[in-house]
Amino acid sequence: MPAALAATGLTKSYGAKQALAGADLRVESGELFGLLGPNGAGKSTLMKIACGLVRPSSGTIEVHGTAAGSLEARRSVGYLAELFRFPGWLDADELLLLHQRLAGSQGGSAERAELLALVGLSDASAVKVEAMSKGMQQRLGIAQALVGSPRLLMLDEPTSALDPVGRRVVRDLLTELRSRGVAVLLNSHLLSEIELVCDRVAIMLGGRIVQQGVPAELGKAQGVEVETASGKRRFEGAGRDDAPRIVAELVGAGEQVYSVTVLASTLEDTYLEAVEGV
Amino acid sequence: MNGARIVAGYALRESLRRRVFTVVLILTALFLALYGWGASTAFDSVEGFSGGSEGVDGKVITGSSILGLAMFSILFLGAVLAVFLTLSAVRGDAERGLLQPLVVRPVGRTQLLFGRFAAAAGVCASYAAGVYLIAMLITGAVGGWWPDRVLTPGLGLVGAVVVIAAIALLGSVYLSATANGIAVFMVFGAGLAAGLLGQIGAGLDVKSLERVAEVTAWLLPFEALYQSGLHGLTADASGFTDFAVQLGPFGGAEDSGPFLWPWAVVYVGLLGLAARAGFARRDL
Repeated sequence: MPAALAATGLTKSYGAKQALAGADLRVESGELFGLLGPNGAGKSTLMKIACGLVRPSSGTIEVHGTAAGSLEARRSVGYLAELFRFPGWLDADELLLLHQRLAGSQGGSAERAELLALVGLSDASAVKVEAMSKGMQQRLGIAQALVGSPRLLMLDEPTSALDPVGRRVVRDLLTELRSRGVAVLLNSHLLSEIELVCDRVAIMLGGRIVQQGVPAELGKAQGVEVETASGKRRFEGAGRDDAPRIVAELVGAGEQVYSVTVLASTLEDTYLEAVEGV
Repeated sequence: MNGARIVAGYALRESLRRRVFTVVLILTALFLALYGWGASTAFDSVEGFSGGSEGVDGKVITGSSILGLAMFSILFLGAVLAVFLTLSAVRGDAERGLLQPLVVRPVGRTQLLFGRFAAAAGVCASYAAGVYLIAMLITGAVGGWWPDRVLTPGLGLVGAVVVIAAIALLGSVYLSATANGIAVFMVFGAGLAAGLLGQIGAGLDVKSLERVAEVTAWLLPFEALYQSGLHGLTADASGFTDFAVQLGPFGGAEDSGPFLWPWAVVYVGLLGLAARAGFARRDL
């Protein structure tokens, strides 16, 4: 089965500036994949190439086995850009109708109502875009990206303008989409959010993927902390697998063990280490 | 072409909601009211004119001159519409983030471009045809004078504004909205200036000026279409009346022959191909 998104040796140059320098990425169907990296790392460029908005300089990129940007690939893609704008004179329902027609969706009013409900805008179907807050527009943008039931959804900073409640709505939505088998490529600066919802993450730097994996596995072991009757003791360099042995040795030595904590770096630590060499 | 139809419908609705459209409609209403008043006054002032021994027909000169003036105004307002409806169609909309959500959809870029052009051309053509028709009816009603060719002048205007819309759409692929607006109006002005030079050349019998005007009219066929339309107003005039009409502000009017319209169609097609090629390569 082809991957939802597969990029190999992808490069993109804007004149002398190299935005992508050989990015390799694979997002499986039904996978929620997080893309991390500082500004200018190439995350948005990668997404734009996957959508057919930008032409790669070299390398290959496929969406569900077809060349990214082709009409066939675009039929299975939903996208929300980081900087987007919708015509202010359209209301929410009209905007979704326009995109239904462009996407060839047969979902009709039922699909539009469902999408607005998914993003918590059921009561705003007749509200003009120009009368919406930035957060509402962002949620409408996500609904727009979901028109036509795409199999690959690409969201570039989809929660940047949302309040905590709005972020929660989007997180729940992403989880719901995963359960429906939709692959999601999520670009966000909110590491906690990525850590909460994503199956895998990749860290981009200088146009390359420098690290990728399951969020919990990206963190490095930083020791085991054991609370005994004589106080807390820290075993540097030990990992999760060392915990039973440590406890056994302490108990064997006559210590009373009250708690054991495996210490590991967070995704944020890993990210900062990769980006800043901290 | 379903995608182009959807985009055209969207662009058409967008066009009608733009403030520039309302402004042009208000200006047009004012213009037509003033035109009716001016036409009535002009015809009244030549009512007693016999034409003398040379057989000059005052009604023809008055009617063709004021309707010619009206055609210039219609061309100008039509050009304003054409430019403002298309000047930001590609690069401008892309810079504002309006274009990307549409381009991602499974609609070819060519269809998107064609849809935008069809909407802009449709609005401008309808506008030019409608206002010309009203101006012609006003002229006929207040002065009892009708153009020798009723349709040709209107068609010339329609063709001219469609060509201008195509030029502006092509410019929108390569230039930012402001730069494109300035560039298209400069091209528009260059076309009109060349027509004026041709008229001066004809008056002074300077062949080089006439040649410059002729070449420019073909390079920028909106000018040739406009001149051809003007010519339709007094196509059957002869003798001293024809001579007097040529002395007026629209002496540059001339029938450009049977190749003008085919060339205009080819020209718009070439602009479309150039726009398509540029848009296909543009990163958004």
